[in-house]
Amino acid sequence: MALTIIKPRAVDLSETFNFTGTVTGDNVGGGSLVKISEQTASASSSISFTGIDSTYRTYYFKFINIHGSSTAQFRFNASTDSGSNYNVAKTTTYFVARHDENGSNGQIGYDTGNDLAQGTGEQLLSDNYGADNDASLSGTLWLFNPSSTTYVKHFYSDCQYYQSAVPRTNRTFMAGYGNTTSAINAIRFQMSSGNIDDGTITMYGIA
Amino acid sequence: MGLTKVQASGLDLSADWNFTGTVTGTPAGGSMTLIKTLTASSSSSLSFVNGSNDVVLDSTYKSYKFVFKNIHPANDSVSFDFNGSADSGSNYNVIKTTTLFRTSHDEADTFTQFGYNSNEDLAQSTSYQHIVYGLGNDNDQCVSGEMFLFNPASTTYVKHFMSNASNYFASNGENQMFVAGYFNTTSAINAIDFKMSSGNIDDGQISLYGIN
Repeated sequence: MALTIIKPRAVDLSETFNFTGTVTGDNVGGGSLVKISEQTASASSSISFTGIDSTYRTYYFKFINIHGSSTAQFRFNASTDSGSNYNVAKTTTYFVARHDENGSNGQIGYDTGNDLAQGTGEQLLSDNYGADNDASLSGTLWLFNPSSTTYVKHFYSDCQYYQSAVPRTNRTFMAGYGNTTSAINAIRFQMSSGNIDDGTITMYGIA
Repeated sequence: MGLTKVQASGLDLSADWNFTGTVTGTPAGGSMTLIKTLTASSSSSLSFVNGSNDVVLDSTYKSYKFVFKNIHPANDSVSFDFNGSADSGSNYNVIKTTTLFRTSHDEADTFTQFGYNSNEDLAQSTSYQHIVYGLGNDNDQCVSGEMFLFNPASTTYVKHFMSNASNYFASNGENQMFVAGYFNTTSAINAIDFKMSSGNIDDGQISLYGIN
């Protein structure tokens, strides 16, 4: 039976106490952004997050220094069967702002080759970037209400990467929806070729 | 004098209690921690330097988020800029390559714009990078927004940053500007400085959060 009443003669508040359970209330521990899972790549062919459910209305992925083993695209797909198959139909948009270190090619534009129209394949979060030691990608991906069985599942990303072969900075914006009324319960990230050699992907929930 | 002892016949844990003070220790599931808020008051700059003035900007957090709230300049039609330091704020001169694009719409509904601004980006430059430009100094004009800085303590990778800010431009309208790029160094970035292209920051706040 859980203790519900303290009946001491005195409680010394200068002592250190251990409390178990969950702290609730406003702005406890940074508010409503809750870290669920974090994975660090180490020559990983892919990184997958399963167990996505209705606990949170919104899921937020953060990419830190995603570094590929070879020049490749960083991309993702979704699953409605807990990761057995990553093949949800998606319609997406993709545009990029870029600028070379020599001052040329400062531009923004839509990349028709990097979007999907009801495609079940991987959706790009970046175009090809190099595997030079100091090259990587960082950014975010939002996934909204993946457990809905009424609506399609919206997502959008904002990623920044160093295309070392040019060399060039790129900021990519991707958005779209998983065109299914089945719940999405897993997300997988991988490079278009080779491994993810280094980097961290963290999944947060936002109630 | 603060209460240090509870001396009651009982403390009902099923009741609601109000506690003041600061919650310390490992966050209970939450992942975004407010590190420091700086408030401008005719300030020539606002600087966040690791280890100074309670600022943490090191490997404690994998990413950092700056939030700009109602940043108001002393001068009209100025840019709100930032730079990084690899020597704890002695010099703000880290090499950067960046992009900047914007959407604009004036109050008179005479023009809209969407496009890349090739004059406002940087290519391997140590200069300050605009977060927004064309900011007005009317009493109600200001800029608000946010900027992410990823893994600034890395000694392996360049340091990526991305901002998104909305400003009320001088000739009366909305400018949303998107800036991104990298500090092209494998040295750790341990300080960030914000300032106007001319004049002071008269009002506003910048908050720094750590995210793990």
